[in-house]
Amino acid sequence: MKTILRGINNEVTIDTKGPVIIIGECINPTRRKKLVSTLQEGKFEYVLELAESQIKAGADVLDVNVGFPGVNDVKLLPAAVLAIRGSFDIPLCLDSPNPKAIEAALKVAGGKCLINSVNGEEKSLNALLSIAKEYEAAIIGLTMDDDGITHDPEKRLAIGEKILERAVKAGIKEEDVIIDPLAMAVSADSEACIVTLETIRLVHQKLGLNITMGASNVSFGLPGREDLNSAFISLAIMNGLTCPIANPEKITAAVRAADLVLGRDDFAVRFVEYFQSRM
Amino acid sequence: MNYFGREFEKYRFSIIVKSQIPNLKNRIMNEILNKIAQCVEFGKINKTSPYPPNMKDQDGADELTKRALEVGVRPDEILDDALIPAMANVGNKFSKKEIYVPQMLMSAKAMNSAMAHLKPFFQSGETKRKGKFIIGTVSGDLHDIGKNLVAMMIEGGGWEVIDLGVDAGAEKFLKALDEHPGAIVGLSALLTTTMENMKKIVSAIKEKYSTSKILVGGAPVTKEYCEKIGADFYSPDPQGAVNYLKQLAS
Repeated sequence: MKTILRGINNEVTIDTKGPVIIIGECINPTRRKKLVSTLQEGKFEYVLELAESQIKAGADVLDVNVGFPGVNDVKLLPAAVLAIRGSFDIPLCLDSPNPKAIEAALKVAGGKCLINSVNGEEKSLNALLSIAKEYEAAIIGLTMDDDGITHDPEKRLAIGEKILERAVKAGIKEEDVIIDPLAMAVSADSEACIVTLETIRLVHQKLGLNITMGASNVSFGLPGREDLNSAFISLAIMNGLTCPIANPEKITAAVRAADLVLGRDDFAVRFVEYFQSRM
Repeated sequence: MNYFGREFEKYRFSIIVKSQIPNLKNRIMNEILNKIAQCVEFGKINKTSPYPPNMKDQDGADELTKRALEVGVRPDEILDDALIPAMANVGNKFSKKEIYVPQMLMSAKAMNSAMAHLKPFFQSGETKRKGKFIIGTVSGDLHDIGKNLVAMMIEGGGWEVIDLGVDAGAEKFLKALDEHPGAIVGLSALLTTTMENMKKIVSAIKEKYSTSKILVGGAPVTKEYCEKIGADFYSPDPQGAVNYLKQLAS
């Protein structure tokens, strides 16, 4: 199955057969105080800096999150989107818990965006599916619902199925639903990663949809975070992960390596190219 | 040895024994408290637990605490002289990045296995804790690791912890304060987008209980933000929260 996202002219295809597409996570104020202070001043230079460095490091799509306390994101999210649009032709992943901010950003973004995110809660489905349909956006469906987060992969699959069903009913194309199996910190729960890996396998096999996840969460609270993230992402890709949200500076090497190992990179073109571009 | 000699020996022996009994008892007690502290610091829950590998087949915090009570160590001594200092070591090592989340969780489990033996004394009122602490992750946020770490460190600091779980709104905190008047409150948030709900909860609490103390923490939270929303204390790590509470209680 193929999910197609667009910037202005630049089209990115996320294919369940791979290769893996990287959604850059860095335009996000959590743990980036400089982003908060520059956004508060209404300045977007730093946003553009983050966009450029991520694209150079291998990002195919950029996640845009401008949430911080006191923000009017109905104004700020579209403003940030326009700033990025002015300099880069890359598909965007609009990241906000506020449906109004998502809608305002979709109005100005053009192309074909990804909405981050919908989940199985009634409130979320009701607020966002019609917006996604109206602006022909793709959606990320988080496998949690009104009961919170389950640790049973079958139940996470069922929530994914429900989101898919509701989306299709709302007029969204099946291929425009991307599932997030939820990646949680393995430091607090030894089973956390295996639950996610199993959910990925189930979603891939039973729903055949593209799959994303926040790929840096798993290593919270541990040393050797990059090594752990790399190991996890490789296994996740093997099971069906196709478009992780991560820091491309830290994850692209592992992603290119996994694609090569899985026979998706003839003559190691992309793998070698990545390392050549870093020299 | 003549009669006098034998009597003298008996007398001498009784003096030695009598004078050494308290010392011996103290020594045994101290030794057992040290062992409990060690088990908590290094996460040895009980004899069957395989962690840590170098303490395999040794008694854990569970067995040792039970034995300590049997030989007459007071519950408050176990709390003050074993659990609290051990957890303080754990918290300090975590702050210095000498240990990581899994080690901290093992320590907390060992501490809980010791605490389980102390619970009856807390319930009967025979042993007093330092105070009550209400904690929760704020509404809209489901991240619980940070909140749990702080909760267990504060419990390890000798406090009774009322854990409201995740996605807790102002109403939940107010209800908990109604039930536990004077409790100190801790708010956790991991997302910049949910951090805003901290402000609402702080305002709601301060409006009804103006003297209550509120701690805030979590990845996006800063000292400046803490001051801006009218909370009382920010700590970048769990031990900071424990130290603040200690200061409040003294």
